[in-house]
Amino acid sequence: MLTRTKKPWDLPYSDVTPERVYQNRREFLRVAGIGSLGLAAGSILSACEATPAAAQGTLTYTRNAALSVSDEPNTWEQLTTYNNYYEFGTGKSDPAANAHTLTPKPWTVKIDGEVAKPGDYSYDDLVKPEALEERVYRFRCVEAWSAVIPWVGFPLANLLKRVEPTSKAKYVAFQTLLRPSEMPGQRTSVLEWPYLEGLRLDEAMHPLALMTVGLYGKELPNQNGAPIRLIVPWKYGFKSIKSIVRISLVEKQPPTAWNTATPSEYGFYSNVNPTVDHPRWSQARERPLGGFLKNKPTLMFNGYGDQVASLYAGMDLRKYY
Amino acid sequence: MAARLWRGLGTVLAAIANWRFFKPVVFVACLAPGVLLLWDVYEGDLGVDPVKTLLHETGETALAILLLSLTVTPIRRLFRVTKVQLVRRMLGLWAFFYALVHLSMYLVFDQLCYSLATCDFETIWKDILLRRFIFVGQLAFVILLALALTSTKGWQRRLGRNWTRLHRLVYVAAGAGVVHFIWIQKADISEPLKWACWLLVLLAIRAGYAIRGRLARSRAAVTA
Repeated sequence: MLTRTKKPWDLPYSDVTPERVYQNRREFLRVAGIGSLGLAAGSILSACEATPAAAQGTLTYTRNAALSVSDEPNTWEQLTTYNNYYEFGTGKSDPAANAHTLTPKPWTVKIDGEVAKPGDYSYDDLVKPEALEERVYRFRCVEAWSAVIPWVGFPLANLLKRVEPTSKAKYVAFQTLLRPSEMPGQRTSVLEWPYLEGLRLDEAMHPLALMTVGLYGKELPNQNGAPIRLIVPWKYGFKSIKSIVRISLVEKQPPTAWNTATPSEYGFYSNVNPTVDHPRWSQARERPLGGFLKNKPTLMFNGYGDQVASLYAGMDLRKYY
Repeated sequence: MAARLWRGLGTVLAAIANWRFFKPVVFVACLAPGVLLLWDVYEGDLGVDPVKTLLHETGETALAILLLSLTVTPIRRLFRVTKVQLVRRMLGLWAFFYALVHLSMYLVFDQLCYSLATCDFETIWKDILLRRFIFVGQLAFVILLALALTSTKGWQRRLGRNWTRLHRLVYVAAGAGVVHFIWIQKADISEPLKWACWLLVLLAIRAGYAIRGRLARSRAAVTA
């Protein structure tokens, strides 16, 4: 008689991993990993009494693959614990520790200047009419580190069209919240407060300029510029102003915070440009966040040259840095 | 039992009074920042941008120990404790050690000098010549290197009076180190200013002694 005893490794066919799942195993691990990192970040944040990630509302959005890069994004933990947000301190971990004091709701943005429809717009006035989309953008800090970030937002151009700029409008000026009671950094004088930024109107109307309300599909954490901020992916990070309370359309080039503080180092345009060095360091290479080596060549306009180079045709970018 | 305990305690106190443990304690204290940093590397506790943390910590440790080495002589003179002098050279060498690690990290991580093929010599050369904060940092390092190489008894003998002159450059190195720290800041210079204040106090004490010395000498010349 032929007997066959069942060996421990004789698995039933039902235990076989479906081929589709097997082929996508890396994706599965990535998604599972991001989920658990989110949880870990949540517990760490609540430990330092920052806004717990659990309380972070989720957003409804569609993914804009055409305007997303294929690079692996940085983790939620990295992006929410390593921030330049001087209103909450000058150290990279200061915003994660201190930004829980900010109350991002209710929120109003004053839109004024050369527009047909000026006024005080609530967060919902601004965001409700928009179809939110997720875009994975490269982010290049002027300090020569870089990240890849899945933002959620809508084109700034949509907002500007809604308020109808007049023919006199040539620039857009942005202003961050001034509230020293909630922003301890504003009680020091490292920069002039409130933080100011600006774009030329054609830059602001570019489809890549994103009014951003979310990160990784959730509402922006305070340390990332809640509740609404700008992202201009072809410019150095400091141009992407956080926690915006005022947008003014103006005739003349508006003052900007870092340019006012150190004009020789930070220009109004501040396009990512590997051929124009910061006076104190080279901008030719960058250190991807999480890595040790500054070994990634920096790309002209942060890799968005095809889309934005025409904005600067004929301009001497060495002069207009 | 109690008597033995007392005798033991007495021995420890005598040892401290003898300054027997002074040098080893200072040695361990100088080693500690490095060990703690290595521990953080091992635990992955250096934050999101580990290189920034490593550069900052090694640089600041070098500066702190260098200023500590400059504090030895004022303490000896002000409090008349000659024995503190025992650790002055050691502190100087530790400062050089941390400066060496600091510089090596810049070369390896920022300028990719982990192999000759990848090393970005052009950028390094440009950095030294064009960037004032790199230039003063290099200046501080070159001085510390020269002082470390000539720190032995042999060189002290060979150089004679010039040894003292050469080693006064340590003040230039400390000044360059503080300026290096101030110039790398984007906007907030409160941290390097603390070290600048310490250095200014040390220089003031030194100037005070120099003036007093000169006055005493001229008085001696008058009475003679």
